[in-house]
Amino acid sequence: MSSTQSMLELLSPYPPGWGGVLLSGALSTVMISLGAYLVGMLIGLLGAIGKLKGNRPVLFVLDVYTTAVRAIPELILIIGLYYAGTDGLNRILLSLGLPAIEVNGFVAAIAVLGIVQGAYMTEVLRGAILAIPVGQIEAASAFGMRPFLRFRRIVLPALMPNALPGLANLWMSVTKDSALIAVVGYQELALATRLAAGNTKHYFLFFLAAAALYLVITLLSNVVFGLLESRFRRGQPKTA
Amino acid sequence: MTRLAPPALLVDDVHKSYGIHEVLKGVSLSAAKGDVISLIGSSGSGKSTFLRCINFLEIPDRGRFVFNGEDVLLKSGQGGRAYPASWRQIERIRTGLAMVFQSFNLWPHMTVLENVIEAPVYVQKMNRKEAIDRAEGLLAKVGLYEKRHVYPAFMSGGQQQRASIARALCVDPAVMLFDEPTSALDPELVGEVLKVIRDLAEEGRTMLLVTHEMKFARDVSSHVMFLHQGRVEEEGPPAQVFGAPISARCREFTGALDN
Repeated sequence: MSSTQSMLELLSPYPPGWGGVLLSGALSTVMISLGAYLVGMLIGLLGAIGKLKGNRPVLFVLDVYTTAVRAIPELILIIGLYYAGTDGLNRILLSLGLPAIEVNGFVAAIAVLGIVQGAYMTEVLRGAILAIPVGQIEAASAFGMRPFLRFRRIVLPALMPNALPGLANLWMSVTKDSALIAVVGYQELALATRLAAGNTKHYFLFFLAAAALYLVITLLSNVVFGLLESRFRRGQPKTA
Repeated sequence: MTRLAPPALLVDDVHKSYGIHEVLKGVSLSAAKGDVISLIGSSGSGKSTFLRCINFLEIPDRGRFVFNGEDVLLKSGQGGRAYPASWRQIERIRTGLAMVFQSFNLWPHMTVLENVIEAPVYVQKMNRKEAIDRAEGLLAKVGLYEKRHVYPAFMSGGQQQRASIARALCVDPAVMLFDEPTSALDPELVGEVLKVIRDLAEEGRTMLLVTHEMKFARDVSSHVMFLHQGRVEEEGPPAQVFGAPISARCREFTGALDN
């Protein structure tokens, strides 16, 4: 009985309970993931268009980008991009005669994870665009649509049903990959959990709580992606 | 035929090759307002390619295109091939050249009505309400008013093709291009689509029609062109091309198919 009570006290959102720390960590995880996902999607869209329409130098740069990012372990990329990025930025600032700056951990986390996501998004979106029957795009051209209008009105809505399963995968993985940001000291859910567990020595309890929070994030995401998919597939008959 | 106004469409000496394979070896056409010109010929004769060169879905290597008196500006690109000097001009002209495709190519994420108003609203900047009124009238005309809120994938091929004809009509095109509009349909669905096209011909719509429906071409056309190996082998009024063709190949082709 008393052990249940002390567990509840430990998980309470108010100090001395650690629940609040965990919840704000979970919020950071979601915010970092969302930011990185959107950055990744922007990079991915540009990357996919570049891979499909670009000239040789563009293709080369994009190939190097997607190959390198997908070849190097994410943990190494994150540490490398974080420290190298900060160091590089400060060297540039120094050479311009400007004072060095401390890079905001939140922004850095989004940038680093966004660059990683972008490489995977490029391939998901490239495949989704290639899967659009060419006649639908020709029809848009034949009615006088300019390239940007054509992309916004026809290509983008048509690629979504093809891309969504892959995009959902990437979202699920970025919510977990954001835990790697802990290595550069930014307090998201994983680091918050370690902190709480280390301080109270209740490792099992806090890691179980963190697992439950990750599960909640995943289950909610499933619901959202399910809704998105039925929305974007509204014009398609259900297959048996 | 006396022509006071400039022809709705004048196409002169179109050439097109894919690699070393020359698909079009100098094809010309002149369509006055109200003309219905059928392009016939066996597969690979170049008739579809010719039609797709007219709205620049295929870029011709050479040729002159005059649309309602306006010359399409071409510049010479790689290897002396023609290339549109202004895509803006092409896009503007395309809007007046609505195309109906063999495989319909309706946009699957839009309802029939949304498909029909897409180009009027987003390309021609027509008021949305006005476009909907117009589209509903056209859908009634092709017998699809009841289906206007249905997505294309839930309709038969004949219905989809009639919807795509309504989509083409909604931009009020000066010339309509039909690229084998019934070739992808089950035989029992061909009739309903041909009926819609026949009505349009009788209304005086200017149309170019690539088709394998010989009887239909003979009935509705004002002019028929028989293409063979990238050249116009025979052309003239349907009575001549189908009744008394000069070319032996044309006689063989129309005779083989027309029974």
